[in-house]
Amino acid sequence: MSLLPAPAKAVPPSRSRARARRSALVGWGFAGPFAAVFALVFLAPIGYAFQLSLMRDRLIGGTSFVGADNYLRALGDARFWEGSVRVGLFLLVQVPVMLGIALLVALAIDSGRLYGKAFFRVAVFLPYAVPAVVASLMWGFIYGTRFGLVGNLNDAFGLALPDPLSPSLVLASIGNVVTWEFVGYNTLIFYAALKVVPRSLYEAAAIDGAGEWRVVTAIKLPAIRSAVVIAIIFSIIGSFQLFNEPNIMQNLAPNAITTDYTPNLYTYSLAFSGQQHNYAATIAIVMGVFTAVIAYAVQLRGMRKG
Amino acid sequence: MITDPTGPSSGTRERTVHSGADSNGAAAGSPGPPVTQPPHAAPRRRRRRAHTPLDPRPSIPLTLVTGLVLVYTLLPLAWLVINATKDQEDLLDSFGLWLGEDFQLWDNISRTLTYDDGAFVRWTLNTLLYVAAGAGGATLLAVLGGYALAVYEFPGRRAVFAVVIGAVAVPGTALAVPTFLMFSGMGLANTPWAVIIPSLVSPFGLYLMWVFTAQAVPSELLEAARIDGAGELRIFFRIALPLLVPGTVTVLLFSMVATWNNYFLPLIMIKDPDWYPLTLGLNAWSAQARTAGGEPVFDLIITGSLLTIAPIVVVFLLLQRYWQSGLAAGSVKE
Repeated sequence: MSLLPAPAKAVPPSRSRARARRSALVGWGFAGPFAAVFALVFLAPIGYAFQLSLMRDRLIGGTSFVGADNYLRALGDARFWEGSVRVGLFLLVQVPVMLGIALLVALAIDSGRLYGKAFFRVAVFLPYAVPAVVASLMWGFIYGTRFGLVGNLNDAFGLALPDPLSPSLVLASIGNVVTWEFVGYNTLIFYAALKVVPRSLYEAAAIDGAGEWRVVTAIKLPAIRSAVVIAIIFSIIGSFQLFNEPNIMQNLAPNAITTDYTPNLYTYSLAFSGQQHNYAATIAIVMGVFTAVIAYAVQLRGMRKG
Repeated sequence: MITDPTGPSSGTRERTVHSGADSNGAAAGSPGPPVTQPPHAAPRRRRRRAHTPLDPRPSIPLTLVTGLVLVYTLLPLAWLVINATKDQEDLLDSFGLWLGEDFQLWDNISRTLTYDDGAFVRWTLNTLLYVAAGAGGATLLAVLGGYALAVYEFPGRRAVFAVVIGAVAVPGTALAVPTFLMFSGMGLANTPWAVIIPSLVSPFGLYLMWVFTAQAVPSELLEAARIDGAGELRIFFRIALPLLVPGTVTVLLFSMVATWNNYFLPLIMIKDPDWYPLTLGLNAWSAQARTAGGEPVFDLIITGSLLTIAPIVVVFLLLQRYWQSGLAAGSVKE
């Protein structure tokens, strides 16, 4: 099945050439506006970031070319590495938990064995419509030991639940906010992939006497493999970019969330509080390359097994 | 993986296109028997039928266990609604999941709207501007671009695909600092343009419209119109556009949620509170409690949060069926 119109046949060569020219012109006419804005807000900044990363700006002496100096500095920067290790840890725990829950819920909805399946689908996806700001503030209040639910539970039952916003727990608390925001999104991605598995496969499995669990492991999971790989890749990208939630919760937990808590927070504070634009651009590029390499590795691995 | 629509046929793409058609067709939603039957009526009718693996009996234990996830997703929202009805005193004194002594919702709303010379109203109007211009423009560019890629052969078409898909993988925040510096150089920083222009590009929207156009607009139809002497613009507006409505609504919906919820971009670009969107405004109120001498306005933050999510949740529920096709086709997080 070709998605593209087959080229018209039996057209005289001269007319065909004229047509191709016209087609190219009209095609770029339609695609031009997108391409122009894309070049302005995607390609130009990437090029500019690279240029910045090779320079240094000094009060005295102005801008000078320093080659790989900024990159060498980044490689030896403990603040950068601590943040990277932190998001790495976040990634290793939060992504499997979130995608695991999403997968189980998607399988449950797809099994047809739930009462109120339509309600499940809507309700689980609802948090996706909630801005990260509201999600972080809301959860931040709920975490509060003063007037949040945690405080309420402590008062009501005489408990001494640990403060979720303390330095030792705040990463897990952020992980919970991110999980809450995106678990439904991933659920629906998996569900959408499950819905298009040919039903004849299930019929065949039923005739062969395969149990429900066998159907899940032998048919459903292999069928949605590519959806799972995509979800993993985008979750990895999202984790490395972790910014909004810790940035917003900083107001509630200023001592636990430092300005270099994640590489992105670090970049942000370098650029906007420290005015170190060149070094900030360098960190951003290093993180970008890092993310792209890991995402690519996951994709290769996901494809190979499939 | 996301596949090149121009490439050889692959399983992934066929599924993608198929599912897009499913949810956009007349039978949008779930095929099969309606799932919202009242539970007490269902079993009696169903008992007479044999339950096969294709039509299994609903299970109470499974519903309860999966219901825990619903409790998880809905509980914080319930907390928000309940606490929007309380004044500061009740916030501190009453149990979080039950009403306080006074029902203050209307009072809270009017104070949220008037606090600080009506800043909240101003931020709402800003947000509407960013959504209308940003999401509207993004949808327009995506529809035009996707149509071009699906219908016309032109040099560089494959390169456009490769570059755009590659760009999706670039962390958005990596671009933020250089984009800000560029925009300051152009005198655009701290103006609405700095938020609107970057919002105009939706690689996901372009991809979705490409796949959707290839599927929904038959080339024979365009060919017939050309033979009748219709111009390319006329063909686009009169023939293609009506066929592209479902895909367009999907892209618009995703772009609207993305711009309405945008935080990072305006945080970097906008310094003047008069141009804040709602997300930045709420965060500013939250930061206020932390500064010395700042008035803690937790009640207003909670009510403001509720007011911020209310419109988007309504749009989201009304246009529900369009989500599915977008999710099926793209699986791109934004």
